[in-house]
Amino acid sequence: MHADPAGVLTGAHFVDGDHACCEGALAAGCRFVAGYPITPSTEVVERIAWRFPEVGGVFIQMEDELASSIAIAGAAWAGQKAMTVTSGPGFSLMMEHIGFAVMTETPCVFVNVQRGGPSTGLPTLPGQADMMQARWGSHGDYEIIAVSPNSPQECFDLTIKAFNLSERYRVPVLVMMDECVGHMMERVVIPKPEEIDIYPRRFTEAPQDEYLPYAAGDDMVPPMAKAGAGYHFHITGLTHDERGYPDMNAAGQARLLRRITEKITKNASAITDVVEDGVKGAEVVVVAYGITSRVVLPAIEQMRKRGRKVGLLRLRTVWPFPEQKIRAIAPSVKAFVVPELNLGQMVREVERCAGSTRVISVPHAGGTVHNPATIAEAIAEAL
Amino acid sequence: MTGPVVMENPVERYLRTDRIPHIWCSGCGIGTTVNCFARAIDECGIDLDKLAIVSGIGCTGRVAGYTRLDSFHTTHGRAIPFATGLKLANPDLKVVVYSGDGDLTAIGGNHFIHAARRNVDMTVICVNNLTYGMTGGQVTPTTPEDAIATTSPYGNFEQNFNLPYLAESCGAVYVARWTVYHVTQLKKSMREALGKKGFSFVEIISPCPTLYGRRNRRGDGLDELKDYKKRSQIKNGASTRECDLSLDGPIVVGKFVDRDRETFQEAMDRHLSAKLGDRYRRLAG
Repeated sequence: MHADPAGVLTGAHFVDGDHACCEGALAAGCRFVAGYPITPSTEVVERIAWRFPEVGGVFIQMEDELASSIAIAGAAWAGQKAMTVTSGPGFSLMMEHIGFAVMTETPCVFVNVQRGGPSTGLPTLPGQADMMQARWGSHGDYEIIAVSPNSPQECFDLTIKAFNLSERYRVPVLVMMDECVGHMMERVVIPKPEEIDIYPRRFTEAPQDEYLPYAAGDDMVPPMAKAGAGYHFHITGLTHDERGYPDMNAAGQARLLRRITEKITKNASAITDVVEDGVKGAEVVVVAYGITSRVVLPAIEQMRKRGRKVGLLRLRTVWPFPEQKIRAIAPSVKAFVVPELNLGQMVREVERCAGSTRVISVPHAGGTVHNPATIAEAIAEAL
Repeated sequence: MTGPVVMENPVERYLRTDRIPHIWCSGCGIGTTVNCFARAIDECGIDLDKLAIVSGIGCTGRVAGYTRLDSFHTTHGRAIPFATGLKLANPDLKVVVYSGDGDLTAIGGNHFIHAARRNVDMTVICVNNLTYGMTGGQVTPTTPEDAIATTSPYGNFEQNFNLPYLAESCGAVYVARWTVYHVTQLKKSMREALGKKGFSFVEIISPCPTLYGRRNRRGDGLDELKDYKKRSQIKNGASTRECDLSLDGPIVVGKFVDRDRETFQEAMDRHLSAKLGDRYRRLAG
């Protein structure tokens, strides 16, 4: 279906990534946001608070991130599309409710505008060091979807994509921004509502007395009910059966975890969104995401000018990791070069999939972006 | 001639009978409170399709799972913020939070005070058994001084919460406390709380013979009821400042607060309508 025109600010705008993220949520049909102020993400909720009253949305500034991250689950079960927004320390506090949303298959979106860490770290300066936390931060085994925009335009586009994926797979989707894309101002073009594809909530059509909240068809994603519609359904974070009732034994655990992980892993190729630039025939492929995928451009350009074949594989979805892509490229290249604003996180995934192909990490502790010369040196080393 | 014998228990239609037997111990008071709750919703004739129940974690946290309503067993301490999202995203719902003293006032204490302050329209029912039952009898913010718990083996030396006083001072529009001995009054208070607009709060002092009673020589569940009967002082309209709980002292029970105040939703609608006029759009269902 198309976007609700009420939330779509069609036209060209000059805004930062945080504001663009807000507009993406509005265009995606998000009508409930709970948040708690934290730099460098606060501008998202500030704009939400300003915009929502005119588009029929409810914003509430909760008492903390624990509250924000479960209030959105409540709103989702009331039938709304819902989002929360945070940064490092707040993201840590939200981990339990990412797990709750995974376990209860609650569609919702978590935005993390990454700053330097650990702890209070660098509140106003960039980092990309929450990438593994995004994948593994909540306890237990699960699969997750995360996107990583590299511009204000992509903050808009990928926030819409996050909502669509969340509804399609009934999983929380993480928008892993960073302080640079959050605060950089660029031209953002918002299309007409009829040009924006929206994946609507799949509500059950079962009769009220026959509905099983966790009975899934072949696609492994059960349709939802919403509170107030007469289904009298039960939702729990405990391991549960198709009725939603606690089913706490090894067999029930295996059955549930298989479905909620396989609904992601078996659809990984459909979820994966990468941009290839000169990967075919490349000697070296740079793998990057977020702001770093732009910082690498002068380095790649410099090496290409010297006649070297350097490709860029840019990850717009970071989880599930595009391992098939890496496996396909690996045999034909000398090396992968993986710069990131952390001490080496996603590079481990590249290593896992690269076979015997060399993988060169270009770490950075955060606080600023890489010097492109450092990346150029790593590429040169790989050649 | 007498009519046919009616075999159905009047509360059964409010319960998920396919989940019985429940997990609660013999002598536990939670089931009694659920019985009162079922009768309260029966009497107030509320549309069951529009009534949602939210629990946190713990023994009382299991209540949501046993009630035949839209029911949510959430995370530890977070029933109130979940309920806040549920209510604000569908204002047609009547939302009840049903949880225990540890869940609502220790790990969830921050949410309790803020939901009361905002006057979010919800009824919070707190079964206060003075201990963490599910995890094995640890001290909670409501455990009386000198009471023995597994994590206060020499007796509790912390000041405990007076929950009616806390609720009132944070802005609750309805505050009552009963024990599970007072089933008629409890049912009535639950009915009244469900009828209020805004943050209503009902505390129920309830026995946990397995983990609190045994350690503190309270006897079995029935002995605790007798103890409640003996110690309770019904003082409707009493100042909540008088509602401190101690190991063996009086238990002040009654309806303490019944007032009206603009809810979060009403304040938001009024304020934004005044500021934005026709440009203000309320959430569509």
